[in-house]
Amino acid sequence: MKSDLRHLMDLLRQIDDQLVTCMRCGTCQSVCPIYKETGLEAHVARGKIALLEFLADELIKDPKGVNERLNMCLLCGSCEASCPSGVKVLDIFLKARAFMTGYFGLSPVKRIVFRGLLKHNRLFDAVVSVAAKFQGIFTKPVNDMIGSSCARVFPGLIGGRHFIPLAAKPFHATTPARDTPRGASGRKVAFYYGCVVDKMFPHIAETILGVLDAHDIAVYMPHGQACCGIPALSSGDRATFESLVTSNMALFGDADCDALVTPCASCTSTIKKLWPRLATDLPEAMQAKIRDLAEKTMDISEYLVNEVGIAQPPFPQPEDGAVVVTYHDPCHLKKTLGIAAEPRALIAANPHYRLVEMDGADSCCGSGGSFTLQHYDLSKRIGRRKRDNIIATGARLVATSCPACMLQISDMLSQAGDRVALCHPVEIYAETLTGHLRPTAKTEAKEVA
Amino acid sequence: MANHLPRKFAEIVGKDNVLTNEADRHAYAYDAAVLPPELPSLVVRPETTEALGQVVATCNEYGVPLTIRGSGTNLSGGTIPAPEGVVVLTGALDRILEINEADLYAEVEPGVITANFAREIASRGLFYPPDPGSQDVSTLGGNVAENAGGLRGLKYGVTKDYVLGLHFYDAAGELVKTGARTVKCVSGLNLSGLLVGSEGTLGVISRIILKLVPPPKASQAIMAVFDDLMKASETVAAIIAAKIVPATLEYMDNFTIRAVEDFAHAGLPTDAKALLLIEVDGHPAQVAEEAAAVATICKRIGAVNLQVAADAGERDTLWQARRTALSALARLRPTTVLEDATVPRSKIPAMIGALERIAATYRLSIGTLATPATAISIPPILTDKRDQEEWKRVDAAIAEIFDVALELGGTLSGEHGIGLAKARYLDKEIGRPSILYSKRLKAALDPKGILNPGKITGE
Repeated sequence: MKSDLRHLMDLLRQIDDQLVTCMRCGTCQSVCPIYKETGLEAHVARGKIALLEFLADELIKDPKGVNERLNMCLLCGSCEASCPSGVKVLDIFLKARAFMTGYFGLSPVKRIVFRGLLKHNRLFDAVVSVAAKFQGIFTKPVNDMIGSSCARVFPGLIGGRHFIPLAAKPFHATTPARDTPRGASGRKVAFYYGCVVDKMFPHIAETILGVLDAHDIAVYMPHGQACCGIPALSSGDRATFESLVTSNMALFGDADCDALVTPCASCTSTIKKLWPRLATDLPEAMQAKIRDLAEKTMDISEYLVNEVGIAQPPFPQPEDGAVVVTYHDPCHLKKTLGIAAEPRALIAANPHYRLVEMDGADSCCGSGGSFTLQHYDLSKRIGRRKRDNIIATGARLVATSCPACMLQISDMLSQAGDRVALCHPVEIYAETLTGHLRPTAKTEAKEVA
Repeated sequence: MANHLPRKFAEIVGKDNVLTNEADRHAYAYDAAVLPPELPSLVVRPETTEALGQVVATCNEYGVPLTIRGSGTNLSGGTIPAPEGVVVLTGALDRILEINEADLYAEVEPGVITANFAREIASRGLFYPPDPGSQDVSTLGGNVAENAGGLRGLKYGVTKDYVLGLHFYDAAGELVKTGARTVKCVSGLNLSGLLVGSEGTLGVISRIILKLVPPPKASQAIMAVFDDLMKASETVAAIIAAKIVPATLEYMDNFTIRAVEDFAHAGLPTDAKALLLIEVDGHPAQVAEEAAAVATICKRIGAVNLQVAADAGERDTLWQARRTALSALARLRPTTVLEDATVPRSKIPAMIGALERIAATYRLSIGTLATPATAISIPPILTDKRDQEEWKRVDAAIAEIFDVALELGGTLSGEHGIGLAKARYLDKEIGRPSILYSKRLKAALDPKGILNPGKITGE
């Protein structure tokens, strides 16, 4: 054990050049969602970086306490985006988590999930499809507007959470793989839909295919897409991460496409930023291909707005008032990639809707991937602020570009009994192409009457 | 430290507000100064000011040193605890108790974040001017304890100019009240004056009464570019001589201009020797008149380029250069040492010349950002604290910067405080009798020496 500790300290010293760039100014305190709740220095980036440095310098002898505090993080990147010294906080934390996992080992549950399920696509799909068939027995629907359920028999297991049920059939099971030739537009994209959209929000992927068709954009969409790797990476499991990247590169590495598009902020930022930065144990030839793919990876709204150009709406603003919608900026889209105007442009393209900005549109929803599983109470406290800001706008619809944020926000809204629906901005845009519009407040009121 | 102390504190503030874990304590061993960390024995987080007083009394009873910490942004080590000391956090004491729009004052607890307070005041159509660089995270309690300044200092003054009154606990935990809610107050000794800038060594602030003012109705930003350092200095002197008091007046040297341009691509002229950013504010008619006068002065003395912001967007662009300056410099090397030696306004050119010479002598990268209006020069020294040989040169350079500042009739610290970092130089500035007087005062008010010992006057 002692020699292992020495090894851990040696590994931490390897990232010393990154650690030392933090000048301890404390600016991260003003943006960190966790610090806002707990007010504890060990929970903010400056504190964690100091702890890692003290551990490397052997001022701290017990890595357990440091590891626990390192995990008090949503990986939202708010600190990195506002850091005056340009500290690569996410790089530091993800590397440090990998070192810690090497030292402490992966938790048994995560070992089963990452090494057993995520890495083996077909097994993952099989387990999910069985779960989808039986979930009705164990859960009851609570909010038809949001489409959430809560646990019927195992409240302890799911912890009173209002979760979006698994789709009866995942997207990939109902939709054939595609590789269409370029049409008159001459455009072609690779479509990476991501696990959560595949298994919980298949209609978003269907909508995107419809939009791409409407714009005459050829699509390469292979089956057997693997997870982007962010859950494994954030748990410090770099072996699984690199294995997942390798599987995906086998599918997409040589794909003929102008861009790789995804509807998921976390997938986009992982492919674009983390694959090139952190899959560094892979062969150099593959790393070169990863860099090329990362270069052309885009959020779907970014692609439609900046590359294709969005279509003019074919209909006027409804007389009985537009549907009020508010938009939540996923951290991985705005803070990591700087994409905030494009999803709003998709919403603005539809005159049937009126965008009302919420306070703190770009503040984290508190999901943080598996953070919400490990620290649900804290995650809920952060989520409730988001919920309150949404409700204050009077919106009947929340749009956001990340299915993980959707899960968290739907949980918060459903628990509060709010009748606010969720959607992806691309769904609002798709309505301008299909003409199938969501009912406005007045028509819905008439229906109820 | 006595083993029962954590239990004692837990009785006062609750178990969850006493941090004993090694990792948690290590997170309070440092602040923003480039100094070695010092591990506190305990960290305590009172949620009421009454509990704060009891914490102080308990520390005194057991003779345990305590260091008050707001957000820990101190640049002179003022919030680094004493060995085996207790760190007391003010983060949970963050209530704005009253904003009185009729009498233009506000009462706050010490843990309120400066920028949050300023925003709240602005939303009432009023103005709280002190704007230290760390305002997004710094606390008002910390601002008072350090007498924090900011870019608006010349025209609007610094924190001390806004403190109408204070409540604070003395070393024994007794509540002392000083000042009033009125602009004029001469009842009793001016203890607020004693506490402001005392860096937590004379008392523990629990409530602050702050003066508010009406905001200026208009403002105008101007950027002037010079190909000669002396012309920039002359321009500053000429603006002041013309009886114009700008709200802010900032100077950037060529090294800083190039760093900003590399980093932010703001379109700055990289061959410029110096750049002045000037903002005047007040009544629209006065702003128009003063802006025109400033522009005329800049042209007469020989600015090679002059930009007058046409609207708020352009004003933001101009200020962007200044706001990113420190970041741009900090990215060049791992460690950035921020000094705030300050000289009289007329001596700024001499100070800037000296900094160039010192940088060359010690082979160091020193950028110069100056606030000539308030006479503060902030030379960020870019280095790597892990390089021991270079660190010795940094140390020597700092000592020489202080010598030059004092020779020019200036001071060691314009706004960052003395703390631990500059305690050993204080003798040079104020002399032995002043230090002894301060020490006798401290000994009388804090006989057990528990209040942030080691700061300002040293051990």
